[in-house]
Amino acid sequence: MGRNFRRAGAAVLAALTTTALVACSSEQAPQAEENGGGGDDAATETISIGFSQVGAESGWRAANTKSIQDTLTAENGFDLKFSDAQQKQENQIQAIRSYIQQGVDVIAFSPVVETGWDAVLEEAKAASIPVILTDRAVDSEDESLYESFIGSDFVLEGEMAGDWAVEQYDGEGFKAVELQGTTGAAPMIDRQQGFADAIAGSDIEMIDSQTGNFTRTEGKQVMEGFLQKYDDIDLVFAHNDDMGLGAIEAIEAAGKVPGKDIKIITVDAVKDGMQALADGKINYIVECNPLLGPDLAEIAKKVVAGEEVQKRIVVEDQAFDQEAAKEALPDRQY
Amino acid sequence: MSATSPAPSRAPSSGRLGTVVRHHLFWPVAALVLLLAVNTVFRPSFLRVSILDGHLFGSPIDILRNCAPLMLVALGMTLVIATRGIDLSVGAVVAIAGAVALTYIARSPDPGSAGTALTAMGIALVLALALGTWNGFLVSVVGIQPIIATLILMTAGRGIAMLITQGQITTVTSAPFKTLGAGFWLGLPVATLVAFGVFALVAVLTRRTALGMLVEAVGINPSASRLAGVQARTIVWTVFALSGLFSGLAGLVLASNVMAADANNAGLFIELDAILAVVIGGTSLAGGKFSLSGTFVGVLIIATLSLTVTNLGISPLVTPLFKALVVAAVTLLQSPVMRRKLAERTRRVAPEPKVVAR
Repeated sequence: MGRNFRRAGAAVLAALTTTALVACSSEQAPQAEENGGGGDDAATETISIGFSQVGAESGWRAANTKSIQDTLTAENGFDLKFSDAQQKQENQIQAIRSYIQQGVDVIAFSPVVETGWDAVLEEAKAASIPVILTDRAVDSEDESLYESFIGSDFVLEGEMAGDWAVEQYDGEGFKAVELQGTTGAAPMIDRQQGFADAIAGSDIEMIDSQTGNFTRTEGKQVMEGFLQKYDDIDLVFAHNDDMGLGAIEAIEAAGKVPGKDIKIITVDAVKDGMQALADGKINYIVECNPLLGPDLAEIAKKVVAGEEVQKRIVVEDQAFDQEAAKEALPDRQY
Repeated sequence: MSATSPAPSRAPSSGRLGTVVRHHLFWPVAALVLLLAVNTVFRPSFLRVSILDGHLFGSPIDILRNCAPLMLVALGMTLVIATRGIDLSVGAVVAIAGAVALTYIARSPDPGSAGTALTAMGIALVLALALGTWNGFLVSVVGIQPIIATLILMTAGRGIAMLITQGQITTVTSAPFKTLGAGFWLGLPVATLVAFGVFALVAVLTRRTALGMLVEAVGINPSASRLAGVQARTIVWTVFALSGLFSGLAGLVLASNVMAADANNAGLFIELDAILAVVIGGTSLAGGKFSLSGTFVGVLIIATLSLTVTNLGISPLVTPLFKALVVAAVTLLQSPVMRRKLAERTRRVAPEPKVVAR
């Protein structure tokens, strides 16, 4: 046993050393680059920007990452340092700290969670590095800690979905169920709120609501439960496409026709969702635009030039019905 | 601990009821029955099974189908735990298997053919077996502790799966592949038949041959069993390889259920559910004696619990708390100390009515 422990200890130690070495080398490399490139900064006016992404948890996120990487290129005058936090706040804080040490011109990130950012944002402020938030907000009382927040209005997305449902189905006594996103996540809270506000006053009744964690598998399982529990579901509101796609599988397995017997409204408009909409299995999708790259580039340039920027920049979201999806599908980037 | 769980069933008891109550499966089964009863009280049609499009349809069928992936993972986990090990990498292997199979199908010229689906499954299973063998190598040959050895693949695995799917959720349309997770055969879900079939096969192999006893011997005392001529290294290596293989199969079932490979979320935390199912079933984490039937019941409890949350309409805000309370209750009921205390209490109360009757 003792020998085993020693061996395990040695393995852990070896692993730690390797990680430390890798971390050091990866941190040093951009720093050297930064120092080397520092001289030409004034000449070419390249803006060095450190971006910390949430992770790669969904198709939406992949499109978001691609948009940022494709826009903040050397040709457009940016030197992008990109890091993936793998959905962990500590990774993100670490990445932001390393950007501060490297002395980048701008730091941008999509916060994994809303809270706990004050300390690291204070550090950025002390180093006079402006911070831009994308996609998700932080829950901080001191608004001077960041320059601007670029992202969709999740409440509005819920409202758009609800408004369409009321417009189409009010007066028919529809019974609706809701597949919620991850409990406590900003898009989940806001979309639920927006939808509830929009259907208030109509005769659409929300009979049940359960979390599907934004995933297909759980969306399908929860929908199976709903279908067993209620015989008379007319409408499903899913907080993202993936749960809606899971619900389609469950509805088909229950011998009903998605889009006809049970109407489906979702939010996101990723490729698979749009395909299902064009195929008539989903009835309406409110887009949550992931193409934040161009907006981020514009704001970063303004911030570095010292211009005033708006605290809140709402990215415009479209919405698609089945006809619009058929037209839009061939040109969709994501 | 390891010796106590199945032992009471063989201990002499006062009556038939005593034998039943003392059976190591009594409390897990009681918990399952209670869960089903609560569901049925809440919604009387809960246990109703009807026939739809030529196959069985209803909540019990949903439970049986949705428990299939966990059943396979927990089966491998039981064997690993029986040898004093633990396999944290099962969730990552689930994600890799799904990613490999769907990426292969998506890139093949003929995604809808049975040949493509079978080849994809074959490649994924061979890879899963190889990953399990890697774990087994680290544990049995290199001598790294299982929790560390499998942590390596647990951490790296999702990254590998993401490399394969290139960060996207891979979606395919392939009727033959869909059969595995969402199809029916003889009215029953194929996923259930596959999982139960594998389970039965392993049960027969371990309990009708000496294999099960050898696994237990390694778990109770690896050195003693080696000195007694048991090939401990081969046994440990084999159970880790099997755990990888079964996780790979679970990954295929999960991916074909929704026809999508989600490298981030497929099988997320399934290692914890599997360990929980094994423990609820009465297998000790200290290794040694294991109970496959206990794991079977444990998996059904966890699958029923998920559906119960939806059925009772429990608010998502308290779902984790609700699940934790049920699990805590089941494990407390199984704890020998708690049972003795409960028994003492009933014995103290029992004499009173007798006196009144006379």
